[in-house]
Amino acid sequence: MDDLTPFLVLSAILFSIGCVGVLVRRNAIVVFMCVELMLNASNLAFVVFAKQHGNLDGQVAAFFVMVVAAAEVVVGLAIIMTIFRSRRSASVDDASLLKL
Amino acid sequence: MNLSSQTLLLAAAEGHHEVPVVDPSAADGVFTLLGLVIGLPLLGAVVLLVGGRRTDRWGHLLGTATVAGSFVLAVLLFVALLGRGEGERQVTQHLWTWVDVGSYQVGMDLLYDPLSALFLLLITGVSTLIHVYSIGYMAHDERRRRFFGYLNLFVAAMLMLVLAADYLGVFLGWEGVGLASYLLIGFWQHKPSAAAAAKKAFVINRVGDIGMSLAIMLMFVTFGTTAFVGVSQAAGEAGEQTMTWIGLLLLLGACGKSAQVPLQAWLLDAMEGPTPVSALIHAATMVTAGVYLVTRSSFVFENAPVAQTAVVVVACVTLLWGAVIGCAKDDIKKVLAGSTMSQIGYMMLAAGLGPAGYAFAIFHLITHGFFKATMFLGAGSVMHGTNDDVDMRHYGALRTAMPVTFVTFAMGYLAIIGFPGFSGFWSKDKIIEAAIAENYVVGAAALVGAGVTAFYMTRLMLMTFFGEKRWEPDVHPHESPKVMTVPLVVLAALSVLGGVLLLGDWITDWLTPVVGPVEHHELAVPVIVVTLLVTAVVAVGVGVAVLLVGRREIPREAPTDVSFVTRAARADLYGDAINDGLVVAPGAALVRGLVVVDDRAVDGAVEGGSGGIAALASVLRRAQNGYVRTYALSVLLGAVIVVLAMVAVTW
Repeated sequence: MDDLTPFLVLSAILFSIGCVGVLVRRNAIVVFMCVELMLNASNLAFVVFAKQHGNLDGQVAAFFVMVVAAAEVVVGLAIIMTIFRSRRSASVDDASLLKL
Repeated sequence: MNLSSQTLLLAAAEGHHEVPVVDPSAADGVFTLLGLVIGLPLLGAVVLLVGGRRTDRWGHLLGTATVAGSFVLAVLLFVALLGRGEGERQVTQHLWTWVDVGSYQVGMDLLYDPLSALFLLLITGVSTLIHVYSIGYMAHDERRRRFFGYLNLFVAAMLMLVLAADYLGVFLGWEGVGLASYLLIGFWQHKPSAAAAAKKAFVINRVGDIGMSLAIMLMFVTFGTTAFVGVSQAAGEAGEQTMTWIGLLLLLGACGKSAQVPLQAWLLDAMEGPTPVSALIHAATMVTAGVYLVTRSSFVFENAPVAQTAVVVVACVTLLWGAVIGCAKDDIKKVLAGSTMSQIGYMMLAAGLGPAGYAFAIFHLITHGFFKATMFLGAGSVMHGTNDDVDMRHYGALRTAMPVTFVTFAMGYLAIIGFPGFSGFWSKDKIIEAAIAENYVVGAAALVGAGVTAFYMTRLMLMTFFGEKRWEPDVHPHESPKVMTVPLVVLAALSVLGGVLLLGDWITDWLTPVVGPVEHHELAVPVIVVTLLVTAVVAVGVGVAVLLVGRREIPREAPTDVSFVTRAARADLYGDAINDGLVVAPGAALVRGLVVVDDRAVDGAVEGGSGGIAALASVLRRAQNGYVRTYALSVLLGAVIVVLAMVAVTW
């Protein structure tokens, strides 16, 4: 079998980019895209491991993640739209009311 | 045990009196109606109090009818008891089993014997007359139906008290009359003074009730039963110390109910209630419950000489205490209340003298029930005619305006001072005789009390019915309606004729099965000398009153430059001040102390704990700044920790 390490490294790099993006960006859309990036990084890892172990568990999990991610996008984008409508801003720092 | 039986033997050797034990036979024939005597007024109370406004129109009639029905039954039962031989005059009826715990059983049993027979007649008879009187007296009160409901409740409880065959049953009635008394003293609850008086009566009665309940518990511990039958049979075998404690605790209970020193302070304030209530509850019946208790418990007191002495001491103090208060009051009802205290003192005195006095205590109780009810209802009639004024300084010359009230009141007056031939003469004379034979100091107190009684009652008569008119400008005294004067006339007749009970020693023979035969002490002088002495003292009392009150102008305002004694008597001999100093003030101080402890210690601990948690939370909540990235970072940190942990575990 080929060495699958490069795929895993790519997955790790993508995950790290997404992670940093979530932490440092203010634009809600960008944060959201970074979340998607992390999800897809993990999908890649699932698929790689599925290949490595020679069974379909990882691939099934990847499909589940995609389905959930699709649903999550719908809800998340709707929330972002609502916040944008009420505040005329898509900055996540402006929506900081969840505190005392 | 050995010692006590020795004492008993000694007592028997000295010719000490043996108290008859309670040994009743089961009720049959007409005696099965016994439960109905209590049941009728109880039914009336339930209908009137639960029925509410729907019964307003005929409530007073129903209330009177139930009590009158009880009276008819009482007469029937009395006649039936008269027809029996002396040995068979104790009848008991078992209604149902009330308490059934292990070996302890209390039946809802009624005991009908010569003592309860007399009480039944007195209670239902006087109650019927007072119910009739109240129809007129309360005619203008829109809550008249409720008044009759309470009165019926009282009658039912009082009958329970005197008919119960078990101390627990007596206690049930005891608390019932206490409740009815509270409700009726505070009947005009819109007056703050009436509400306060009701509360005071209730609280002071509670002190006495503690004594009564402790006595019952002690009986249970000692004898394993609280029924008259069991206690009277076992009373001689218990130690004298135990019996003394039971006796003293019963005395405490009697003091509370019968307004004896030191629990006397509530009776004068209780005059805030409507006058028929004062006549029925606070003169004729309920306040005599203490005397009933002591007489009924003769088997306890005969085995507890110390408690008996305590009864005599309490009685002597009270009979003078009440009499002195009666001398200084200007409120006609309070004079009568002081007089009630004093007269109950006489009864307690007689009951404390043991077999020499029990029968006379009951005799005086009955005659007092008649003449004091007459006078209270007379006072109510006077108030009815003078726009509810109670100040005797605003009366004067009422004998022409209210002839029937005057004549009936005069009958009561002559009876209470002991005018020869009237009922009070016979009953009080017997008590003073027995007291002198027992102990000269006690006899002297009773004798002085008789003189003071004559003084204050004459003062009351002179200020109310004689002298100049001192009426308020808008008052036009008038005679009360027939419905009020007829009961007055009946009661006045009974006050005059009550002495017939003593004819041929009937009452002492009648009560022999309950309290034993009267024990005659030898007097140093012939009986007639004592009688003359008493009459002379009474005459002196009347004479002094005529000189001091009758021959002088009576000011409309009470003079303030009076002697210390008068000031003290006006303040009820500082009874309230003593209570305040000994009980209320320390109690208030204790409560204030507890409030401080509660504020500082308890509240401090609770508030300190919550404050600490709040401070901790205010530090922790800094973490919640609302920024998404902070939360994301904490999630990331968490994930990293989980990963590291997994790595660490696998290695």
